[in-house]
Amino acid sequence: MDKWANLEFIDLVETSLAGFGTGALMALTGVAFVIIYKATKVINLAIGEMLMVGAFVFYGFSAGLALPIWASIPATLIVCALVGGIIERTMIRPLMKDNPVSVFMVTIGLTSILIGLVELIWSAEPRRLPEFLPQQPLILWDAFVPSKTAYSFLISAVVVAVLITVFAFWRGGIALRATATDRAAASSVGINVAGVFSFSWMLAAVVAGLAGILVGSVGGISSAMGLFGLSVFVVVIVGGLDSITGALVAGLFVGWLEAMVGRLFGGEFKLLATFSILLIVLVVRPYGLFGTHEIERL
Amino acid sequence: MGDVPKANAPTLKAARLDVEDISLRFGGVKAIDGVSFSVEPGSITALIGPNGAGKTSCFNAISGFYKPNSGRVKLDGRDITEVPARDRAALGLARTFQNIALFRGMTVLDNIKLGRHVHLKSGLFSSLLYFGAAQREEMQLRAEVEREVIDFLELDHIRNVPVAILPYGLQKKVELARALAMRPRVLMLDEPVAGMNREETEDMARAILDVRDEWGVTVLLVEHDMGMVMDISDHVAVLNFGRLIAAGAPAEVRANPEVITAYLGSTGDPRRAETEAA
Repeated sequence: MDKWANLEFIDLVETSLAGFGTGALMALTGVAFVIIYKATKVINLAIGEMLMVGAFVFYGFSAGLALPIWASIPATLIVCALVGGIIERTMIRPLMKDNPVSVFMVTIGLTSILIGLVELIWSAEPRRLPEFLPQQPLILWDAFVPSKTAYSFLISAVVVAVLITVFAFWRGGIALRATATDRAAASSVGINVAGVFSFSWMLAAVVAGLAGILVGSVGGISSAMGLFGLSVFVVVIVGGLDSITGALVAGLFVGWLEAMVGRLFGGEFKLLATFSILLIVLVVRPYGLFGTHEIERL
Repeated sequence: MGDVPKANAPTLKAARLDVEDISLRFGGVKAIDGVSFSVEPGSITALIGPNGAGKTSCFNAISGFYKPNSGRVKLDGRDITEVPARDRAALGLARTFQNIALFRGMTVLDNIKLGRHVHLKSGLFSSLLYFGAAQREEMQLRAEVEREVIDFLELDHIRNVPVAILPYGLQKKVELARALAMRPRVLMLDEPVAGMNREETEDMARAILDVRDEWGVTVLLVEHDMGMVMDISDHVAVLNFGRLIAAGAPAEVRANPEVITAYLGSTGDPRRAETEAA
């Protein structure tokens, strides 16, 4: 225990803040996952790779084509929306009538396809994104917060807050839920089910792409960065597969936990802690902290 | 129940439905084979037949879930054969399902309100831009739905209950309520009283008659409960092996020898069919 002897309080605060920074990015990616699940009941294992595609497309625009940042970001998000739409149209919708397991398997294949495409275009070499966030670090009280962490936290928080508000009050939010519950009933009340499918995949791809830009700007990009998705699955299972609020809370928590465990016990214990939490939640509350508990009446 | 004035039911214009020579094949199997019949505006028409006769296939062809291989479906003379299911909702075609298709996990009120979304003026995406207007419309919708549908079908006491925990009979009624919230001109009910006890069946039958009388909609139903069909229908069409074998007033159909054979499987004693039908 002597490695904890010289642990200072300010150190813990800094670690926590850094953890919340990563957590916000997990939350943002988790929200992308939740949007797809909410509308289509598809478990999208490729969410981490969709994030990676966003990061590389941004790299292509900002470094490859040397476009200014204000043009690169919207261009990236548009490309992401198109990629999401194409994935939905060509790989998901044809399987709409099949069972969820086959769609799930397709998303596993999708991870390899996306990694392959990115490596074909940009090679497997890790790269750095151009610096675009202000460099000035943030001093909160006495704690030092790297500027990238602070900005990615802020941007994620704003985007997640907007999405929570929109889904709570917008009529389309309820149409999304209706489609997920019963497609035949949804189209019988006039909901455009195919449109809801396209929309949710496009929106999720945009959110994941934005997360990719932020994750990449903090830690650089590589074709393996989709592994970030692994922690995101824990986040969405803990928070509840269909809850945006759940993704936010669980994202911040898991990010914080990983940072603290990494600081106190060493990096190799991070995933142990994360997956222990996953196990506990699955046993105690299998539908997640904020997920819908389906009531079955037999 | 007839003398008690019901909560304000809107008067809708009942539509006429014509099914003209439709056929539907699944692979080599002919589910429907050249079926034609008409549903008069404001009538209650029943589609009956033994299991596997093609009633539900016919229903799905009319509501747009299946596309017939040939033939036409007309709503008030307008050919809607090519119109996708979701757009038929806006044209005034509302349906319920044989196996209850409610939005589980939502409350009764949310389920019913979803029925009205087809008629909201602010579209899904414009409602994102004009938040205020969309919210006002939402409030108005809630008030309308409560007045027209929830009071009418006496669902007040369960409006905020999640549908999944309701007993079967009430779930069927909520599905009817959702279809009514669509302000249909033709209401299509797929086995509205299947699996119900006598009391629930009578309750549902009365609700269907009330809807027709006070809202003035056309009702087309598929049903196995012969007693209920004969009691409330003005017109009955009988399918067997995908073909229309008889159509007419309940009494005529009941006496039709071909119908009796279809139900009994042989040329049996007509009095036995009578008992079966009652």
